[in-house]
Amino acid sequence: MFFNFMDELRAAGITASLKEHLVLLEALDKEVIQKRPEEFYYLSRATFVKDEGLLDRFDQVFSKVFKGIETSYGMQEEEIPLDWLKAVAEKYLSEEEMAEVEKLGSWDEIMETLKERLAEQEKRHEGGSKWIGTGGTSPYGNSGFNPEGVRIGGEGGQKKAIKVWDKREFQNLDNTKQLGTRNIKVALRRLRRFAREGSADELDINSTINGTAKKGWLDIHMRPERHNAVKLLLFLDVGGSMDPFIKLCEELFSAATTEFKNLEFFYFHNCVYEGVWKDNRRRFSERTNTWDILHKYGHDYKLIFVGDASMSPYEITHPGGSVEHFNEEAGVTWLHRMTNTYPATAWLNPVPEKQWGYSQSVKIVKELMNDRMYPLTLEGLSDAMKELTRKQG
Amino acid sequence: MRFDGTKDYVATDDLKVAVNAAVTLRRPLLVKGEPGTGKTVLAHEIAKATGAPLIEWNVKSTTKAHQGLYEYDAVARLRDGQLGDERVHDISNYIRRGKLWEAFTSKELPVLLIDEIDKADIEFPNDLLQELDRMEFHVYETKETIKAAERPIVVITSNNEKELPDAFLRRCFFHYIKFPDRDTMQEIINVHFPDIQGILVKKAMDIFYDVREVPGLKKKPSTSELLDWLKLLLAEDMPLEVLQSQDPSKAIPPLHGALLKNEQDVMLFERLAFMAKREAR
Repeated sequence: MFFNFMDELRAAGITASLKEHLVLLEALDKEVIQKRPEEFYYLSRATFVKDEGLLDRFDQVFSKVFKGIETSYGMQEEEIPLDWLKAVAEKYLSEEEMAEVEKLGSWDEIMETLKERLAEQEKRHEGGSKWIGTGGTSPYGNSGFNPEGVRIGGEGGQKKAIKVWDKREFQNLDNTKQLGTRNIKVALRRLRRFAREGSADELDINSTINGTAKKGWLDIHMRPERHNAVKLLLFLDVGGSMDPFIKLCEELFSAATTEFKNLEFFYFHNCVYEGVWKDNRRRFSERTNTWDILHKYGHDYKLIFVGDASMSPYEITHPGGSVEHFNEEAGVTWLHRMTNTYPATAWLNPVPEKQWGYSQSVKIVKELMNDRMYPLTLEGLSDAMKELTRKQG
Repeated sequence: MRFDGTKDYVATDDLKVAVNAAVTLRRPLLVKGEPGTGKTVLAHEIAKATGAPLIEWNVKSTTKAHQGLYEYDAVARLRDGQLGDERVHDISNYIRRGKLWEAFTSKELPVLLIDEIDKADIEFPNDLLQELDRMEFHVYETKETIKAAERPIVVITSNNEKELPDAFLRRCFFHYIKFPDRDTMQEIINVHFPDIQGILVKKAMDIFYDVREVPGLKKKPSTSELLDWLKLLLAEDMPLEVLQSQDPSKAIPPLHGALLKNEQDVMLFERLAFMAKREAR
């Protein structure tokens, strides 16, 4: 039952598993819900979706898979054969025809006639203007046009009866949403490596007890406190095309500084060359030699670039390509040096991923990064952190 | 046993289905939602509706999974050993039962609330996988297995501070309490203040939803804040005219302390009021 539902869910990126499928069947078996489509929708939603970010996607899949399961007219007792409800074709009516349809009467009258006709009708019916079926102009049935149409299953056609799942109320909870500081911190927390380092100033109760029991006297053991030992180098692009993303970068920066103790950050413009700076106001007077950074910070540092990577391709590929000064060596060389020194590297790009294809420099940088370029969204950030924590071979 | 909300709690249809599924199949129900939308209260209400005792386990950042099962108090035993206390010979004297143990061995079928599971360390939910799935665990010190005679109803709340692991999620039903729309909100208010004037509620709700719409708010006021605010308005016997005044220069709602919980937000409103005053001139 519902196998294609599960396939569609998985195709949409909702990881529905066999376990959840069995749970759903078990719930149906135990009659948790009354036999109404809305309840089935709620039940399957509670079973399959475990993240409010995916609710909107679930709504879309549900409406795709179960298109037409719903009957807005629930009073009739007759069972309506399924094949009637296969929508055949949308019929577009002319002006006069529309006027004609309107003549047929008010809502109550239509409901009355519908009941009578349901009793009369025995076969499937298509087209025509009296019987219930599909693609016709009678107000009863499906996929037809009638301003006062009563829907018996199938698509709403021109008249929109909105189902719960078609409302898509959870649209703005989708995962690709913009970031806030709190969310960024949560994403950055993935990058935790706890280690005990430094001076021993915490009482280690377990070893104390073990030692005491073994030796017969009070044998105190101390150990260093546990803290996050990840080391991070952050390179931020400033100025020019990065201006629209200032707020986003500020948030990322403030989240990163509170989350990591071992964080070093530097600024650059467009592409990294032989010098970077720590204070943007004194960018020309106080530069740090990039070589010094490469030598000072060990290979175990993780390297994150934040930049839109949007510039003229020459700024990356050619010596002297920089817009600000004459660079002896090309940006490519420097990027290579940095990625070689720090195996764990990621580039975060605030430009939406869809637009990356339009800029050649983004493509070049992405290639230089071995595809490790991620959009600066919650999802992208999580992926980047996952990549950074991966065991570097 | 069907859950249909209680007289103090308005449950939407989707919430009812999720709760009933979790209660019938005895699988944990994971509840998420904006702060103040009634996640914790839900567990209390389920307990009330089913007449079951509620066992609350409030998770903190330092909580470890095994604390919910049991703890072995080695220090107390060491002390007793040095003092020559008789109790020291029986290790079970030093096993302290946790909330899960309590829930598994409870005489009546309980509702177990694991509140704010995301506060604990990232590994916390993983450590509880087996225990919540099979509703049993092993006590190594006494070599006994504690098994729930009947699976308790488990409600877990999360504020989304940390992502929960997939394997854990697979075992739960999930419900996201979305912010109530006006009609639901009206119902909720009716439940809490049965004899409040209709017009006052309408006015207050206008202001409340306006406040929520203001762009740039750090913390949007939620249901519990609206209820607090109404309580205050009633207690102060605030005249209706104050709420009704259309004067934009009074953009800050009366008794705003109940709605705005952040000094930046209050300042934002003061700025808006100031700008409105200047425009009026």
